[in-house]
Amino acid sequence: MKEQLHALEKEALQKVGDATSLKELQDVRVAYLGKKGPITEVLRGMGKLSKEERPIIGELANKVRGNIADAIDSKKASIEAAELEKQLEEETIDVTLPGRPVPTGGPHLLTSIVEEIEDLFIGMGFEVREGPEVETDYYNFEALNLPKGHPARDMQDSFYITEEILMRTHTSPVQARTMNAMEDKRPVKMICPGKVYRRDTDDATHSHQFTQIEGLYVDKNVRMSDLKGVLDRFAKQMFGQEREIRLRPSFFPFTEPSVEMDISCKVCNGEGCSVCKQTGWIEILGAGMVHPRVLEMAGYDPKVYSGFAFGMGPERIAMLKYGVDDIRHFYTNDIRFLKQYHQA
Amino acid sequence: MFVSLNWLKNYVDIDQLSPEDLAERITKSGIEVEGLEHFASPANNVVVGYVESCEKHPNADKLNLCQVNVGDETLQIICGAPNIAQGQKVAVAKPGAILPGNFKIKKAKLRGVESNGMICSLQELGVEEKFVPKEFASGIFVFPEDAEIGADVNELLNLDDIIIELGLTPNRSDALSMLGVAYEVAAILDVPIRLPQANYHSNDEEIEKQVSVKVDAVEQNPYYGAFLLKNVKVGSSPLWLRNYLMAAGIRPINNVVDITNYVLLEYGQPLHAFDFDKFGSNEVVVRMANEGEKLVTLDDQERTLTNEHLVITNGKEPVALAGVMGGADSEVSEQTTTVLLEAAYFDGQTVRKASKDFDLRSEASNRFEKGVDPNRVKQAGERACQLLQQYAGATVLNGVAEYDQLDYSEKTVTIWTSTINDRLGTNISDADIADILRKLNFNHNQDGETFTVYAPTRRQDIVIFEDMLEEVARIYGYDNLPFTLPSGGAQAGGLTKQQALKRHVKRFLEGAGLSETVTYSLTSKERATELVSPEVAEAMVSSVSLAMPMSEEHSTLRLSILPEMLSSVAYNLARKQANVAYYELGSIFISKEEKVTKQPEEKVRLAGALTGEWLTHPWQQEKKTVDFFVVKGIIEALFETLNLDVTFVQAKVEGMHPGRTAQLFVADQAIGFVGQVHPQLQKDYDLKETFVFDIDFDYILSIHANEPSFAKIPRYPSVTRDIALVVDESVQAGALQATIAQAGGELVKDIQVFDVYQGEHLAEGKKSIAFSLFYQDPERTLTDKEVESSYQAILDAVANDHNAELRG
Ligand SMILES: [Zn+2]
Repeated sequence: MKEQLHALEKEALQKVGDATSLKELQDVRVAYLGKKGPITEVLRGMGKLSKEERPIIGELANKVRGNIADAIDSKKASIEAAELEKQLEEETIDVTLPGRPVPTGGPHLLTSIVEEIEDLFIGMGFEVREGPEVETDYYNFEALNLPKGHPARDMQDSFYITEEILMRTHTSPVQARTMNAMEDKRPVKMICPGKVYRRDTDDATHSHQFTQIEGLYVDKNVRMSDLKGVLDRFAKQMFGQEREIRLRPSFFPFTEPSVEMDISCKVCNGEGCSVCKQTGWIEILGAGMVHPRVLEMAGYDPKVYSGFAFGMGPERIAMLKYGVDDIRHFYTNDIRFLKQYHQA
Repeated sequence: MFVSLNWLKNYVDIDQLSPEDLAERITKSGIEVEGLEHFASPANNVVVGYVESCEKHPNADKLNLCQVNVGDETLQIICGAPNIAQGQKVAVAKPGAILPGNFKIKKAKLRGVESNGMICSLQELGVEEKFVPKEFASGIFVFPEDAEIGADVNELLNLDDIIIELGLTPNRSDALSMLGVAYEVAAILDVPIRLPQANYHSNDEEIEKQVSVKVDAVEQNPYYGAFLLKNVKVGSSPLWLRNYLMAAGIRPINNVVDITNYVLLEYGQPLHAFDFDKFGSNEVVVRMANEGEKLVTLDDQERTLTNEHLVITNGKEPVALAGVMGGADSEVSEQTTTVLLEAAYFDGQTVRKASKDFDLRSEASNRFEKGVDPNRVKQAGERACQLLQQYAGATVLNGVAEYDQLDYSEKTVTIWTSTINDRLGTNISDADIADILRKLNFNHNQDGETFTVYAPTRRQDIVIFEDMLEEVARIYGYDNLPFTLPSGGAQAGGLTKQQALKRHVKRFLEGAGLSETVTYSLTSKERATELVSPEVAEAMVSSVSLAMPMSEEHSTLRLSILPEMLSSVAYNLARKQANVAYYELGSIFISKEEKVTKQPEEKVRLAGALTGEWLTHPWQQEKKTVDFFVVKGIIEALFETLNLDVTFVQAKVEGMHPGRTAQLFVADQAIGFVGQVHPQLQKDYDLKETFVFDIDFDYILSIHANEPSFAKIPRYPSVTRDIALVVDESVQAGALQATIAQAGGELVKDIQVFDVYQGEHLAEGKKSIAFSLFYQDPERTLTDKEVESSYQAILDAVANDHNAELRG
C-alpha cells in the first residue's frame, strides 16, 4: 500500500504541475482529494492491515493528502498572480496624456500685497479700518490740517463732485474719522487700505485711481523712534531681512516732523545702480509724527497724546517687488497678467 | 530749484566734499536732491582766441578763413558762422580737443584750404540751446573784450559747474534762493556762511522829489519800495552773471533784466524794473484793479482784470499785475536810460489768484505765492542797485520811496530738551540742542533745558514746537534715532468678522476658478446706468458725476461693477483670451438726491462675469462652455458656505437676456441677479455669450452673524425614493420642489433633480421632471410605512398645486 500511495502522490503532483488554469486545478483537487478519490479508496482497504501497520499507513496517507493540497494551494496562488498581472497589463494607460483641467482662479496682485501688509501690521497689534471713497472736503483736507487755500492742496489735484464733496485723494480721512469716532479717546492703532483718486492722466507711472495703505498709532508717549522701529520691521518683513531703512526730511501737512522712508536697493545692495538712480536707496513711503492740529481737531489733546502716521502705495510696492513696469497693468485686468500672480 | 555749486561756493565752503557726498548730506538732513548733473561736459584744449583776420574762403561763399591768435600760436581756421568777425574773442577748439558727443577736433582741409581747429558755439560746448543768449543762438559765442587770449574756456564759461536739483516741498520755500540754500548747507555741514554786501554810492538827488509811492491795499501789499536809477546803459551782463543764470536755467537777456533775475535767485526776492520814461507819471499807486480794467502784459496779451487782482498803477492806469507780470508799455528796452526798480512784498494768496486766473506761472509769482522773507525785500533792491551801478553804469538816486507796514518780527518758539527727547526717543543733551541752533543760525536764549528760539524771518515755516522738533531731529540726524517698538500695552490686532468674511468669499471664488479683478470706479455716464441691479435701481435717484472730469470715459461713479468688468472681458477677447472667469468685490455709489448735496451711499457689491469654456478635456471629448447653471452652481455653493438660503426667481433685468436671468433673494430681500447678458448688449461690448452676477455684499455682511453650530453626524441610514412627475412645460422645477419639501415633512432631508425630459412618449406641452428624495431620521431607522405616507402626501400635493401626474 505504501507503494500505491507514493505512486498516487507522484501522479497527482505531476497533474498539479501541468495545470494552467484554476479550473484544471480544481479538477485535480476533486480527482485526488475528493471523497471518491483514490486516496480515500486506499484508506478504505486499511482494515486488512495488521494492527501495527495501520497507524503507519494512516499517517503516510495523511501526509500524501497534505502534500497534494499544499501543491494545489501554491499553484493556485501563482495562477492567480499571473492572471492579475495580465489584467493589470491590459489596464495600463498613457500617463503622459494631459489631465482633466480644474478651473483655477486667484487674487488680484494688489489684493495679495494689501493682505500681506494687513497681516504684517495685524501681527504688530494694528486693526484694519475702512472708510468712504467719496469724502467731504472737511475729512479729506481740513481735518488733516489742509484748510481751504492751503498751497499743499496743489500737490494733489482732486476730483470734486460738489464744492464740499470729492473723491478722496488719500485714505487719511479714515484716520480722522476713526479718531473722531472714539468717544473715550482711547489709543488708536490702525491701518486703512483703500482706493484713492487724483486728477492724473493715466500713463505708465500715473493712474487716476490707485491704492493706498495708511497707518496711524496714537497713544500716550508715542516716539519717533517707535515709528522708525515699526517701519524697519515692516521693511524687513516685506522686502527681506537684509534691507536697511533710512528716514529723510519731507513735508506733509498732517505730520510734523515729516519724513520719507527709503530702503536700501536690493538690486545693487546700496552700491548704486540704474534702478535706484545711483543713490543706493529706493523711496517706499511717507511718514511722520501726527501734527498737533490734527490731533486737536479729532479731540485728542496734543499735550497728552502723540502719534505717528505713515502711508504707502501698494502699486509702487508691487512694481518694486515684481518688476511690473506699467501701473496700468493693475487696472487693465489682462488675464495673462492676473494669472502670473496666482502662484503662491 | 537748480543750484549751481560754483555759485553756491561764493557763500559756503563745500570743497571738502564731493558733489555726490554733498548731495547725499543735503538729502538726508534737509531737502531731497532729485538730480545732479554737469552744466556741460568740461572741454579740454578749448581756449580763448583772438580773430586777427577774417576773410572770405576763396572757394566757398559761406565760409570764412580766419587767423586766430590763441596765445602761443596763431591758427588758420575755417569758420561758417554768420556772426564771425575780425577783432572778436572766441572759443577755439584746438586740434586734439574733444567736444561733447565725443566729437574730436582734427586738422582738416576744407575746399582745398587747411583748417586747424574749430571756433565754437555754446551749443557745441554742451550748453543747452534754450539757455543760450539770443544773440549767440545761431552762431559762435563771442567773449567780452577783456577775456584773456589763450585762457581755458572751462572756467570762463563755467562749463565744469555741477548743478543739483532740489525737490522743494511746500514748506521749504526758503530754499528758493541761493542764500536759503547756503543757510541750509551751512547748517548741515557746520560751516560759516558769507553773505553778500550791497554797497553802492547814491548821488545827492533825493528820490522822494522824483517819485512817490502810495498803497491802497495794505493787506495785499504791506511793503512797496521804489528805487530810481538814471544813466542806465542797457547791454550785455558780465560773463560770470550770464553763466550763473544759464546754470540756474534762465536765459540771459540784458544787464537790467539779468540783474533782477540774478537777485531773484540770490535773495529769493522778485524785483521788477520799469522804464521810468514810459511809466506815465511820477507816482506809484498800488491798488486792487477795477472790475473790467485792462492791462497789456509783457507777453503782449490783453488781460481783463477784476477787483481781486492787485495792480501797480501810475495813478491813472495799471502798469503791472503785481507779483505776476509787468505791463508791455513800461518794459525795459535797449533804449531805456532811467529805471524805476520795484522791491515789494505781495501777499501770496493774492498773487496765487492772479497767476491762476491768467495761467501765468513765473519764478516771481512762485516765490510770492510761497511767501518771501520780509527782511530781504529792501535788501534785494539794494543789491540790484549795487549791481546795476557796477554793470550798467547806473546813477542811483538817494534813498527809497517806500510804503512800509510790513511785519518784520521773528516768531518765538519755546522748546525743552526733555520734551524733544520724549518725542524723538533720543537722549540729546542741552548742549547738543544749543549746538544745533547755532548751526541753523537761529537766535535763541537758553535757560537750562528751556530754549526760546527766534525763528528767522527767512524760515516762515517755523511756527510751533513741532516745527522746531523737526529742525532739531533732522540736524541731529534721523540716522541717529534709535529703533524702538511702541511701549504701549500689547494690543491684539486683527480682522473684524466682516473683514474675515470678505477674505473667505474671495478665497472661495478663487478656489472655484474665478480670478479677481480691480476695475475703475469712475466710468462713463452711459455705462454707469447699465446692468444696474433691480434693488439698486429702485434705491437710487441719480447717478453721481464729477464736476470737472478729465474725460467722459471716467466721469461718473459706478452703480454696478459689471460695465467696467465687461470692458475688461472684451479687452481679453480682443487678445484671443476667450476663456475668462472674473469676480470683484467693490463699492458702488448710490445717490438718493436729484442734485447731489451729500456723500452718496457706498454699497459693497460682489460681481462676476464668465465667458468661454469652463470644463474641457479635449482628448476625452469633454467640452463644457459656461452657461447659466455653471454660474448658478458657484453662487449656490458660495451661499452654502455662508450658511444662507438663496432663491432664484425668473426675472427681467434691463440689459439681461429676458429668458435666462434670475433675481436672487435671501429671506424675501432682493439682493441681486444672475444671468446671461442680453445679446444686444453683448454685441455693444464686443462680447461672446457672457454670464454675470451682481450681489449686494453689504446685505450678506449685515445678516451673516451665525457661527456654524455642531450638527450630529447621522448614524442611521437614509432611504431614497425617486419620483418622476409629468407637468405642463410652464411649471418650474423650483415650484415643484418647494411643494415637495412642504408636503414631504421634516423627514425629507434633501431633494435633487436628476432628470428633465420633454419629447417622445409625452404629450405636447408636457415635460417630466424626476426628483430623488432623501429621507432620514437622525435618531432611528425609518419604517417603510412612514416613507410611504410622506410619499403619498407629496403626490397629492403636487397633483393639487401643479396638476402633476406620476410618470407611467
Ligand atoms: Zn540700486
